[in-house]
Amino acid sequence: MKGTKNGVLSGEFFMQGDIACAEGAICAGCRFFGGYPITPATEIAQRMSERLPLVDGMFIQMEDELGSMNAILGASWAGRKAMTATSGPGASLMMENLGLGIMLETPCVMVNVQRGGPSTGLPTLVSQGDMMQARYGSHGDYAIIALAPSSPQELFDLTIHAFNLAEIYRTPVLVMTDAEVGHMTEKVVIPQPEEIEVVPRRKPTVSPDEYQPYHVAPGEWVSPMAVAGDGYRIHVTGLTHDERGYPATTGDAAQWLLVQRLIDKIEKNKDDIIMLEEDNLEDAEVAIVSYGIAARTSIWPVQMARDEGIKVGLLRLVTVWPFPDEQIRALAGRVKGIVVPEINMGQIVREVERCAAGQSKVLSVPHPGGDIHDPQKVLQAIRKAAGRKVEE
Amino acid sequence: MELKMNGYRLDKSIETDIEPEGLAEEIHGRHPMDDLLRTERLPHIWCPGCGLGTALTCFLSALRRSEMDLDKVAVVSGIGCTGRVAGYVRLDSFHTTHGRAIPFATGLKLGNPELKVIVFSGDGDLVTIGGNHFIHAARRNIDMTVICVNNFNYGMTGGQAGATTPIGGLTTTSPYGNYEYPFNVSALAAASGAIYVARWTVLHARRLERSMTEALLKPGFSLVEVISPCPTGFGRRHKQRQGLDTMRYYHEHGVIRHGADPRETDIGLGGAIVEGKFVDVDKPTFLEQRTRRLEQALK
Amino acid sequence: MKFWREPLDLKDIRVPHGEVHVLTERCKGCGWCIEFCRRGVLEASDEINTKGYHPPKAIKSEACVSCGLCELLCPEFAIYVIETEGEATLL
Repeated sequence: MKGTKNGVLSGEFFMQGDIACAEGAICAGCRFFGGYPITPATEIAQRMSERLPLVDGMFIQMEDELGSMNAILGASWAGRKAMTATSGPGASLMMENLGLGIMLETPCVMVNVQRGGPSTGLPTLVSQGDMMQARYGSHGDYAIIALAPSSPQELFDLTIHAFNLAEIYRTPVLVMTDAEVGHMTEKVVIPQPEEIEVVPRRKPTVSPDEYQPYHVAPGEWVSPMAVAGDGYRIHVTGLTHDERGYPATTGDAAQWLLVQRLIDKIEKNKDDIIMLEEDNLEDAEVAIVSYGIAARTSIWPVQMARDEGIKVGLLRLVTVWPFPDEQIRALAGRVKGIVVPEINMGQIVREVERCAAGQSKVLSVPHPGGDIHDPQKVLQAIRKAAGRKVEE
Repeated sequence: MELKMNGYRLDKSIETDIEPEGLAEEIHGRHPMDDLLRTERLPHIWCPGCGLGTALTCFLSALRRSEMDLDKVAVVSGIGCTGRVAGYVRLDSFHTTHGRAIPFATGLKLGNPELKVIVFSGDGDLVTIGGNHFIHAARRNIDMTVICVNNFNYGMTGGQAGATTPIGGLTTTSPYGNYEYPFNVSALAAASGAIYVARWTVLHARRLERSMTEALLKPGFSLVEVISPCPTGFGRRHKQRQGLDTMRYYHEHGVIRHGADPRETDIGLGGAIVEGKFVDVDKPTFLEQRTRRLEQALK
Repeated sequence: MKFWREPLDLKDIRVPHGEVHVLTERCKGCGWCIEFCRRGVLEASDEINTKGYHPPKAIKSEACVSCGLCELLCPEFAIYVIETEGEATLL
């Protein structure tokens, strides 16, 4: 497709998830993509290689995923909105430099189109096996934002949202999709450019002599970002640093302040970041808590259970990280059981268990990957959670 | 979005005084290069007799001579002693992760082609862990100047063997003498497609400065390999207890051969150190290639 | 410097002369400037700075030709030369 001048291809399309992701990025103002081919994310790179030159953007296929992650950090520090897309094996390679992005407080987006693992696993088949890696994959302490779309349309919308969150909180943001949503073709509506909210980068208003790259004003969480070439002569480092951006590695003072703020800027703003979708939960005695494709494939089991008379509802986590601790705690207080279907051997269910704190039963419906859940298995789990007799 | 109150200020009273306090003019005087240095972070961390200060001085002098707009210069370095260079220059500078200065610099350059991007890092960082990125950036002829300071070991971590350690080299991870074939950094760059390759020891400072100026002004992937003493990590294990001993060694063993075939310039213990400008050719850069191709394809 | 005959343009040539400035507190005693000054201008002084090193001092400043090698070689930004009027003595 030939692009329009401002990049936004408004219209209604029958579009593959990966393509929708790329289009979302372009709508959000992404003008740099550095990536590496990997099933099932390659289509994102391919689409970006076609579209970016048409919108004055820059595409480069890097030599590996480590190069990709660093290239998008560099591009962001040159002032461009930047993105990369990968799957499990590539995400593992990107972890160290995701940490660099977090430490430097670099806005950028990393899309993980999850596939069966571990290791080479099932390159063309779905899983949600990287959800814990999304939170804890890089070394050290930090907080992260991870979004989980359930459809190509949502993948389009959440990619735009990811770029906005990245600029507001000056952090890499992860879009944790999967091979099903990425390779599914469905209706995607791309709105008019005026209808798309794009958050611009906040630049400093003070002079270069007064500016400090990591000086955070009281009442704020991040500092405005001067980039290379702005004339501010900034220095930034992956070492623990002070407000001037200079290494401050002689004691725990700078470490406390820096790490605490890196965590707080996301965790203390959970109310603004977390997005949940509730369905049929008002009278529910059982709740399904899920995300991504597994949430979508829970809709039919919920329907079947309701037909059997079980009052079950669905809480879909659109943001998986930061985790909605309070909401899950409150939910566990008013239902008999929570069912967590996910296409992994039980990752987010641990967070649900932690927050439920024993107030209700929590049942995992694991799946090692390769396919979506058998709806009967999810239905069995719902029945069990509701205390009904279940044939094993 | 409503943001809440917090306080994340670094209280001056809890700063320790182990950090250098910077150079006070009354005590330390003023050097002509101080305006290009972050004097509040000096004295630097490098050992007495280390050649990095010299490499940095030559670089800053070359930068002045090139008359570039310093606001558009970005210095990227990796991890290691040489990697600390980024922290001492008063330019837009980035201290990135080990081996990944070059892809970061690639992103910077492609993100804003007006930037003049310089990668200043060590042999361990650039051609050992960062080898893959090194050869690909050279292959693509990305417009950047790479200054690789080669001291034949991983100095920061105490002197371990690296991809440039010569055969027989004694390091903490080759206590019986290194038996691995080393890389020849200049040959590697030339073979990968670099359009400018020069090597100088820090003794030949004036020629080093001139090569750096040429490399800075030349569009494309330019490499300047700087052979430097490392008395603490390498020199003292090879009968060169002080930097001065290594400098005398360079004086004796340095041989200038401009235009030499880089493949014939291997460095071995006790052998000649061939220096000079080995490669200086012209080739369209990555961005020039891209523009040309896209113009054709999108007519 | 001994000439076998006087160069024809000797009157037109002016040998530059420089004044060496040592920032003694920055010096870390590497000895490079002393060793590699081609005119023998510098020597290690007897004084020590607060770091315990003997910084260089100019003992033959009339011979300095302002080549700037000491300034370029110094790893500590501790020495620089300023070109002055007059000529260096030819030895």
